[in-house]
Amino acid sequence: MSEYFSNIKTGATTIATGMGITLKHFFNAIKRKGDTGIDDADYFRQVDGLCTLQYPKEAIPTPPHGRYRLYVNIDDCIGCCQCERACPVECITIETIKTTADDLAVCGKTSGGQQKRMWVPVFDIDTAKCMTCGICQSVCPTDCIYHTPVADFSEFNVKNMLYHFGNLSKIEAEAKKKKLAEQQAQAAKEKAAAGAAGAPAAKPAPKPAPKPAPQQKEGEA
Amino acid sequence: MSSSPSLNTWSDALSGFSIGWFPLGLVIVAVIPLVFIALYALTYGVYGERKISAFMQDRLGPMEVGFWGILQTLADILKLLQKEDIVPTAADKFLFVIGPGILFVGSFLAFAVLPFGPAFIGADLNVGLFYAVGIVAIEVVGILAAGWGSNNKWALYGAVRSVAQIVSYEIPASIALLCAAMLAGTLSMQQITVMQTGPGGFMHWFLFNNPIAWLPFLIYFISSLAETNRAPFDIPEAESELVAGYFTEYSGMKFAVIFLAEYGSMFMVSAVLAVAFLGGWASPLPNIGGLHLNDMTSGPAWGAFWIIMKGFFFIFVQMWLRWTLPRLRVDQLMYLCWKVLTPFALIAFVLTAVWEIYR
Repeated sequence: MSEYFSNIKTGATTIATGMGITLKHFFNAIKRKGDTGIDDADYFRQVDGLCTLQYPKEAIPTPPHGRYRLYVNIDDCIGCCQCERACPVECITIETIKTTADDLAVCGKTSGGQQKRMWVPVFDIDTAKCMTCGICQSVCPTDCIYHTPVADFSEFNVKNMLYHFGNLSKIEAEAKKKKLAEQQAQAAKEKAAAGAAGAPAAKPAPKPAPKPAPQQKEGEA
Repeated sequence: MSSSPSLNTWSDALSGFSIGWFPLGLVIVAVIPLVFIALYALTYGVYGERKISAFMQDRLGPMEVGFWGILQTLADILKLLQKEDIVPTAADKFLFVIGPGILFVGSFLAFAVLPFGPAFIGADLNVGLFYAVGIVAIEVVGILAAGWGSNNKWALYGAVRSVAQIVSYEIPASIALLCAAMLAGTLSMQQITVMQTGPGGFMHWFLFNNPIAWLPFLIYFISSLAETNRAPFDIPEAESELVAGYFTEYSGMKFAVIFLAEYGSMFMVSAVLAVAFLGGWASPLPNIGGLHLNDMTSGPAWGAFWIIMKGFFFIFVQMWLRWTLPRLRVDQLMYLCWKVLTPFALIAFVLTAVWEIYR
């Protein structure tokens, strides 16, 4: 019998306690939880008030060192294709065209002062595939591919997730390709002529080509 | 009793009004509670509950449609209207269609004896309280029809649980209301309310003018939660177990009608609680010295305001409980009804009788 009454008492007191807690939360609804970050000393003290974040309108800013959407500073890209090879999910597609000797000045230098030897007409990143591992960023010799703090880049059409960073239009690329082919044909002819003459022709490039891979690529293209 | 000469004047005048043979006034009398249920379910019932639950859980609730999401319910109604009205192939079509109808009619009929203020009541029956308790029990038939007719295991479980629960909880609820009827000496809803009016405001309410009424008040409140299938007694529609209980198979407007019936009976039990123990349309403010607060806040319009506010307050408490307490198990539900509420209701009944004899 005493258990019966103690049960009722427990029921009443626990209901009262619970209702007190809910009512406290109800009246705290006039407050909002602050937006102090996890590294703030007050983080665990802000227990009162609404915690809903109305996302598209309000957002906790991503940290400045956040690694989300990839960006390519194509002006610094030397077309080495290291990122393409390093990418574990193969989300990067690069096509390059070797720059002819007379175009070197037009092609320009990277911000680090390195002479660019490749046109990069196609530099596509499928951000839908990208898993933000950051390997491409670590292998890039000129630090031109990097993750940005932009975290929300959802699209209604998955095709829009394919980002194009190439800096040549199709017509320009065709022209460059044609020019290179002509020059190579010219060089081959000269070489053949020189070989016949027995004297090696001076190569136009002052330095050796930086990477062998782009040339393979170029062969495909 | 300053307001007693004007008792039922508005509804009497309305019911006498007719165009030719057509009793237009009676139709209007019936339409007023209907419009009231629809408006209150739309605003306070759905939007209010969503907001209150959100605030209790540190959320914001609907925010997108209109200022602070105030048009959210209208958007939901539009959505429900556009939905296909599906009747499952395997369902018992007649029961399936008639279920929501019986449910709504059951909860709506009880509004006939609900005094919306001293001047308005649908029907001032001399057995009003008894009628209200009895007619609400018709809902059981609607629930069983809906659950059985759906031909769905969850719906059937929900219906069976609901019927068991409502029929069981009728007993403590009725005994508790009987205490109020004893205190008033009448079953007429208007007369019970009139017994609780006076210059002292809330001091004339049964809850405050005698030492026992808090017990039947609490018992009736708890039982009314069970009768309207509200948490913590929402096992008939336990979302985590039975999808939606007896209305699992319903969609579109039939679903909306079931919801409307539920909100209608929520207000009904709250108003019955207010009438039986908290003075119905009587103003809670007392006359203090020369300040005649009670007289100032009495009258037909004030009466409607007070009873609706009292009803809304108990609906708030129902929502408050819903977001506080976990759901009871079926055996705990029956334990609470038969082993706790019913004995205590009988004790309250005897104590009230003793109080009535010796006071």
